[in-house]
Amino acid sequence: MTPEEQTEYRRRQKSRNLVMGAVLVFFAILFYAITIVRIGD
Amino acid sequence: MNTAPSLTTPALPADWRDFYALTKPRVMSLVIFTGLCGLLAAPGSINPVIGFTAILCIALGAGGAATLNQWWEADLDAGMKRTAGRPIPGGRMKPTDARDFGIALSVGSVLIMGLAVGWLTASILLVSIIYYAVIYTIWLKPRTPQNIVIGGGAGAFPPMIGWVAVTGDITLMPVLLFAIIFMWTPPHFWALALFIKSDYAKVGIPMMPVVRGQASTRRQILAYSVLLVPVAAAPWFIGGTGAIYGVTALVLSLAFLALSVPVATRISADGDAMKPEKRLFAFSIIYLFALFAALVVDRVAAHQGFVT
Repeated sequence: MTPEEQTEYRRRQKSRNLVMGAVLVFFAILFYAITIVRIGD
Repeated sequence: MNTAPSLTTPALPADWRDFYALTKPRVMSLVIFTGLCGLLAAPGSINPVIGFTAILCIALGAGGAATLNQWWEADLDAGMKRTAGRPIPGGRMKPTDARDFGIALSVGSVLIMGLAVGWLTASILLVSIIYYAVIYTIWLKPRTPQNIVIGGGAGAFPPMIGWVAVTGDITLMPVLLFAIIFMWTPPHFWALALFIKSDYAKVGIPMMPVVRGQASTRRQILAYSVLLVPVAAAPWFIGGTGAIYGVTALVLSLAFLALSVPVATRISADGDAMKPEKRLFAFSIIYLFALFAALVVDRVAAHQGFVT
């Protein structure tokens, strides 16, 4: 890998990690909310 | 010591935006809208968190099905100008990554729907995903010029799923909502197919105007537009909605029919401006949005006691 490719590789990896992290946090909050709602049923 | 030779430079990991593009976000907006209208128009109430989850799962399921569709059709997409730049034929993503992403979205959406909303709703979602990704994409689309009629069935599921998420059972009303989109899709798409020069023929997908000719396509547009009038008004006739929806549906459907008559009764030559076809296509989109909005307005008005 050339240094430019290396940089691009890191950049994409980082943005994917950020998106994945945001998705996981979102689902953690959603499942918490669903649980609270369903407990009341 | 012998080390395995490196074949090529390691491919870059795909950009997350390409995963997002695989889910066909523009198609998804219509899916979300009709699913939400089905949910809001259904009798009864649903907890906002559960309702949100239901719509989210409908969207994720549609995204999964769209992803699997592009995984399967990557070689066809590569041969068509409109689709050659999609993530897989564009060489920006490994096909197996797209396949795994599609399966994850599909399975995940069905499981979450089942756990949070209900297993009947989840079952219909699963059927709709299999219907689009397998029955339509893999089996019938490359085999019959009626593919659009069959594909329309896939787009017809969301309002039904939204409705069943609230009521928990399948009654005539959600089936009618399904039937409305089912009847609407062929004239909507074939009007577009008449005025857009596509290269479906090049990759062997049998589209109606190419296979059966434009005269036959135009006749079938009219046939579906005629059928759409009673089907769209049926929710009112069976007492499932009030007059707000009923009158709106009749006016909209008769306008749709009136616009399809000039399309059906002419033959276009090369270089034709295709005004009637473009007008019908543009109206068909307004039609669907207005019809489903009327369904919700009707329900809200009845619920608030504005009308009885």
